[in-house]
Amino acid sequence: MQELIRRYGISLSVIMAAMTAFWLLALVVIPNLVLFKFSFRLYLPVDQLGGPNDVYTLKNYVTFFNSPIHINVFFLTIVYSSLVTLICLIITYPLAYILAKVLKPTDTATFFLVLLIPLWVSEILRSFAWFIILSMQGPLNAILTGIGLIDKPIRWISGFQSVVIGLVYAYILFMLFPIYNAIQALDTNQIEASQDLGASTWRTHWRVVIPHAKPGIASGCVMVFMLCAGSVVVPTTLASTNSRWFTEIIQQWMFEGLDWNVGSAYAFLLLALCILFVSLVMRVLNVRLVDIAK
Amino acid sequence: MNSQTFAKITMRVYLALFLAYMLLPLAIMGGAGLNNTRFPSVYPWVGITDRWFVDLWNDQRMWGAVRNTTWVALAVVAISVPIGTAAAILLNSVKPKVRSFLYGFMVAPILTPGAVIGISTLLFWNSFGVSAGLYLSVLGQVSFVAAYVMLLVLARLQSFDPGLEEAALDLGASHGQVIRRILVPHLYPAIGAGAIIAFFQSVENFNVTLFTRGNSDTLTVYVGSKIRSGITPTINALALLLIIVTVICAVIYEILRRRAERRAAALVATED
Repeated sequence: MQELIRRYGISLSVIMAAMTAFWLLALVVIPNLVLFKFSFRLYLPVDQLGGPNDVYTLKNYVTFFNSPIHINVFFLTIVYSSLVTLICLIITYPLAYILAKVLKPTDTATFFLVLLIPLWVSEILRSFAWFIILSMQGPLNAILTGIGLIDKPIRWISGFQSVVIGLVYAYILFMLFPIYNAIQALDTNQIEASQDLGASTWRTHWRVVIPHAKPGIASGCVMVFMLCAGSVVVPTTLASTNSRWFTEIIQQWMFEGLDWNVGSAYAFLLLALCILFVSLVMRVLNVRLVDIAK
Repeated sequence: MNSQTFAKITMRVYLALFLAYMLLPLAIMGGAGLNNTRFPSVYPWVGITDRWFVDLWNDQRMWGAVRNTTWVALAVVAISVPIGTAAAILLNSVKPKVRSFLYGFMVAPILTPGAVIGISTLLFWNSFGVSAGLYLSVLGQVSFVAAYVMLLVLARLQSFDPGLEEAALDLGASHGQVIRRILVPHLYPAIGAGAIIAFFQSVENFNVTLFTRGNSDTLTVYVGSKIRSGITPTINALALLLIIVTVICAVIYEILRRRAERRAAALVATED
């Protein structure tokens, strides 16, 4: 802080500190504390506020733990978000390696330039695109029946398959970019040394490339999991009645039930899940937060 | 064919497949906006029509959503860019311990689901009697967009030589001059990139906006409600227009980035 004042003077320092404080306190920390507090209060009519019923209680969380359906949806959201994260990792790791170490840098630059388009198109349109492709009379069924692979159209938008397809498409680039950045920073000499010393391709990746790419992998996994678990758009577009997502239940409490207290309890559970996942990834892959958020 | 050429071909095929996977869905969606069928589809192809664009043009609700989206995005840029820049400068001149502590809070919004940000923003401002509306969407979006700006500016600060500021101060520059003439010019590329990313993050945003918007529409919310309430190819027409705008912006962004890179390279060359 003294350093800041010495360089930029007292008034400018105060302004910068005030802006940062406004951001961190009024927009980040306190709203989350309010959410936390709200989740322990009851939804009451106005005339009962401050009355004997206006107490702190665990009732909103009990609502969750007493509802097998909600617990089931929560659990399935975790399972399918993890599955999407894993699929994204498997698809993008070889891709990131090729782009970082095999392809000519100019070709890689062009490749990424083209990828900016799907990256910058809104996620709602990206899931809508798959809604069209997967619909009964859509192009996918037309092609598959056309080449005789299937006799009659398949109902793709059913169960979790369409949600998984949509989530992978919507968030896969958030896995590709960090892994690419991490591998790109690896000295190619290390890969060649490993090969010269007789290591197989698998061994080179397992012992040299992957350990170096760990922060990128951690970053990608955290981002993709968080985006999946918190996705509102993809499940509402591509899910059917037999595949509900946890965010849909939160929405129900907020908009249909109009019970913001239960809603905030559910939102807090989602937040807790994401915090847990971040710390788990940091522990397992042994990386720091600075490595993840770059 | 030896194994090496085989590996090379496999890699090329893999890259091509991935590009096709990323781009074809967008092409199909955009193409359906031109097809003359009631349900958006590219197969069977009936013929090119502009009727979905005409429908879109006559949709008053869409224009309202465009206006709202633009205002929200400009407000998010105007608030989050100064905040993110100030936070990065602050972070760069505090002790390492404080730095990592603050850093954790600053990147947290990026790792928080949008629904949670939206709900917590709504509840917080509601307790001051501010009801849901687009200004709450602005504040909710700023909370994580500022983090992106902060990261970009922080990265740019790594290549900044604090000696320049020392020199300017020794030569009698005021603190304001140091910021205006030395620090900010160095940060311009990061601030510019931050502004573009802030604008796009805001335009694209759905989750935070959904919970904070009240009754107002933004473009993404408009598209979302259209998808739920009955699909017509007007959404595809809109999607096609948005994709075209995106391509134009992406190209401009890339040109700016490359120019900045070339300049930096030229600077290094002259220093050698």
